[in-house]
Amino acid sequence: MDNDIQEKKAALQIKGIKEGLLISFGEGTREEIVSNLLEHIQAQAGFFNGARIALDVGKTVMYAADMGALRDQLSEFGVTLWAMISSSPTTETTAQNLGLATRISAPRAERVIRTMDTAVGGEKAMLVHKTMRSGFKTSYDGHVIVIGDVNPGAEIVASGNIVVWGRLKGMVHAGSEGNDNAVVCALEMQPTLLRIAEVIAQPPTAKSGGFPATAYILNGQVVVDAWSIERKEYGS
Amino acid sequence: MAAKVITVTSGKGGVGKTTTTANVGLALAEAGQRVALIDGDIGLRNLDVVLGLENRIVYDLVDVVEGRCRLKQAMIRDKRLPELYLIPAAQTRDKSAVSPSDMVRLCNELCNEVDFILIDSPAGIERGFRNVIAPADSVIVVTNPEVSAVRDADRIIGLVEAEEKGPVNLVINRINTAMAKRGDMLTPEDVLELLAVKLIGVVPEDEQVVVSTNRGNPVVLENKSKAGQAFRNIAKRIMGTDVPFLDLDEKKDIFQKLSSILRQ
Repeated sequence: MDNDIQEKKAALQIKGIKEGLLISFGEGTREEIVSNLLEHIQAQAGFFNGARIALDVGKTVMYAADMGALRDQLSEFGVTLWAMISSSPTTETTAQNLGLATRISAPRAERVIRTMDTAVGGEKAMLVHKTMRSGFKTSYDGHVIVIGDVNPGAEIVASGNIVVWGRLKGMVHAGSEGNDNAVVCALEMQPTLLRIAEVIAQPPTAKSGGFPATAYILNGQVVVDAWSIERKEYGS
Repeated sequence: MAAKVITVTSGKGGVGKTTTTANVGLALAEAGQRVALIDGDIGLRNLDVVLGLENRIVYDLVDVVEGRCRLKQAMIRDKRLPELYLIPAAQTRDKSAVSPSDMVRLCNELCNEVDFILIDSPAGIERGFRNVIAPADSVIVVTNPEVSAVRDADRIIGLVEAEEKGPVNLVINRINTAMAKRGDMLTPEDVLELLAVKLIGVVPEDEQVVVSTNRGNPVVLENKSKAGQAFRNIAKRIMGTDVPFLDLDEKKDIFQKLSSILRQ
């Protein structure tokens, strides 16, 4: 008999969750479950007094009478039964009829509370802090940022976005690995040739006057827009 | 005092490197400076022709480098100005006859003899360019107001900056004001906007330049020529004088000129 109890006890697991305690059972009949639970609570009445518990009974079928009786018995120990979780539809319906919850919100794992992280990680980029003159070329697996002009005859190839804080008059290829969300931004957009992923911009459409502009792919074509605050999320 | 070594280069051929070297050199010498001109275009020499010193070449740059003569023997004294010397290039060899370190050694030797060393470059960015850029203290880039010449100048400026041989000064040669006004030619402003370096001279298109080059008598020696005046101004700016840029607007006819003189 002692052994029996040991086994039953081993089949019972108590876990603290946000809403109170979650007690799960392994295999067993409803009588075993009820007696096992009551024994357990009786043994540690002090601990359980005032507790809110949720029961996970697995596939065990429980009827309204059993469940109501259990709830009453538990309340004698000062324990509130508020949820009954089961994979058995009968048990679930019964629980719902008795006004018990049948789902526990979200993950049962302990909540990890992180401090608010406002540092932005960013992505790999290369900064060129000078004017890129004719004959100079840069290719990079990431974004390329140029502070200075990109003159005719200069070339930039980037797998990410290309940002030119200056006049863009050379040849640029953004999203070179096929990323068609890539964009090209420049204070003045007059590229010799502008390419995003596999799409090559037709020269007249790729030009802007003397205002900041951004080029991206829309419906399979490169379009150039004046720089605006309200715009889609680029290059994600 | 050690001489200032100025390399005149352009990238593109035919924009007026040799003309600029000859004229600026003469103008400096005329202003009382001791000047040595080195023709760095080995195998395609013509600075001697422009200066009219062709028939006086005995030894050349390669002879000096290879030890067949002393430096002094290869320095040709100009017939017009006593303090102007030319070290001509060899015509029978090519660029590989001289190395960048040869040029540095040569300039170091010349340094105490003169105030300015002007080196004329070959076109291109290969060995010849490396040779002439090695000893430079500063660089004059010559360009024309044409898209192709400006593109090459841009490349050259990039290479000079990469070699840390600055500062780069820009000469815009053969400006045709009338054409620029009509929008048929780049204006000096267009060129400067792209190249973004210090402008040291704007030289107008002038038929006199061709005539004088053919005669071996550089235009700077002609007082009336506007191009000659422009080259003299470049020389003054090299010597550190602040000279205003020429008014290249030539639309005034004789009556307008007269009236403006009367108004003054």
